[in-house]
Amino acid sequence: MAEASYPDELLYHAEHDWARLDPAQPDVATFGITWFAQDALGEVVFFDPPEVGSSVAAGEVYAEVESVKAVSDVVAPLSGEIVEVNTALADAADPINEDPYGDGWMVRVKLSDPGEAESLMDRDAYMASL
Amino acid sequence: MTPMLKRTPLFEAHVAAGAKLVDFTGWEMPIQYTHGIRAEHEAVRTRAGVFDVSHMGQVQSSGPDAEAFLQHVLSNDVANIAVGGAQYSMLCNEAGGLLDDLFTYRLGADRYLTVTNAANHENDYAWMRDHTAGCDVQVEDVAGDYAMLAAQGPFAREIVEQIADSPLPPRMQAARRIILGRETLVCATGYTGEDGVELLLAPHDATAVWEELVRRGVAPCGLAARDTLRLEVCYPLYGNDLSSDRNPIEAGLGWACKEATGFIGSDVVRRAREEGTAQKLVAFKLTGPGIARQGNPVVGGGEVTSGTMSPSLGVGIGMAYVPAARATVGETLEIDVRGKMRTAVVSRKPLYTKETDG
Repeated sequence: MAEASYPDELLYHAEHDWARLDPAQPDVATFGITWFAQDALGEVVFFDPPEVGSSVAAGEVYAEVESVKAVSDVVAPLSGEIVEVNTALADAADPINEDPYGDGWMVRVKLSDPGEAESLMDRDAYMASL
Repeated sequence: MTPMLKRTPLFEAHVAAGAKLVDFTGWEMPIQYTHGIRAEHEAVRTRAGVFDVSHMGQVQSSGPDAEAFLQHVLSNDVANIAVGGAQYSMLCNEAGGLLDDLFTYRLGADRYLTVTNAANHENDYAWMRDHTAGCDVQVEDVAGDYAMLAAQGPFAREIVEQIADSPLPPRMQAARRIILGRETLVCATGYTGEDGVELLLAPHDATAVWEELVRRGVAPCGLAARDTLRLEVCYPLYGNDLSSDRNPIEAGLGWACKEATGFIGSDVVRRAREEGTAQKLVAFKLTGPGIARQGNPVVGGGEVTSGTMSPSLGVGIGMAYVPAARATVGETLEIDVRGKMRTAVVSRKPLYTKETDG
């Protein structure tokens, strides 16, 4: 997407990652990277996902994205266990650029400590940090 | 403090076109424009794109001994260049190490223009000046006299011809033409594997020609697409695939070296050709997902010197120096990509060819 956007319903990590808490299952979250991150990377050509069942820790690297020119780490905004990865990105990573908050989602995580969400930024705080 | 970056005459045009600008060896250059690298790559493979390569340098050698002088410093047989011809060659040091790879155009009976890589220009010029002994030749740094545009792609020539005073020179030839009313040296060469021309013209004429080409549908293209295009056809990039620690034979450039001319470094090159080298530069394709990058080690020896995702082939591609015994097409390589082993297969150069046998 050409225009910067930061949806109001997401939580943001300073490393340019977002988390969407599932209202139906408050201990499950979806992760991805922000518009800012995909714009800085340029066209993403490869997404290297983690294994389902592996654990991730808030602030630590769980995946890699590569643009034509460079590789970049993807940092987990919250801790937990990977329950699903977006396998569609293995074939075509462009949704990470085209739709970073929708089809470009990366993993779903069963949170080990849902209280960590308190430490993330809301949209306004994140946008102020850019 | 960051040193002041140099800018080409097209800088304002790049900014106006929404280019992302980066520091490329001291030059503030467009890495890509608004439609992105893959769109630019595709434009050059299927239609036409134009690159600002004004950061590249030019050295003019003229005088009665210009040919003898260039024969001494350049690896190829300069006597084979007819007036209006072009030739690719290496500049080597006494140890056969690569100082640069360059194109030389013969502009007149005793006048030649050699195009240098931006990062090497000052050193190349100094090296050439230092090796004129005994030759009646004038060697001049004329980089400031030229802007340089590369119009590349299957329709590039046709579009440039629409604004030229007469037909453009055939492939590997150079000639003076009037382009959009401006005196231009048109060189039918390039760095993309596509047909096209490189236009050398006065810096103050560059923007008008650039804008007219864009108006006629030629896509502005940045250095990122230039890199994916050149790597698909396995053209080496100095600083990645070539360095003063490598000789032309291990780099696979023996075809551009004629040791019989006695050029500087020719003894070492002859020996390397006869005895073989420990490593050789190969092209590879990854067999699975991932992208190998410059500096990634090859298991069993060697390393990747260039690597990217090929927009045309849809796989990770690159070039690597590997032990000579493994430098055969079909050989499987394991590449350590930041701790993950990725499998690659040594592949025929060029990695990308037009599907002409449909």
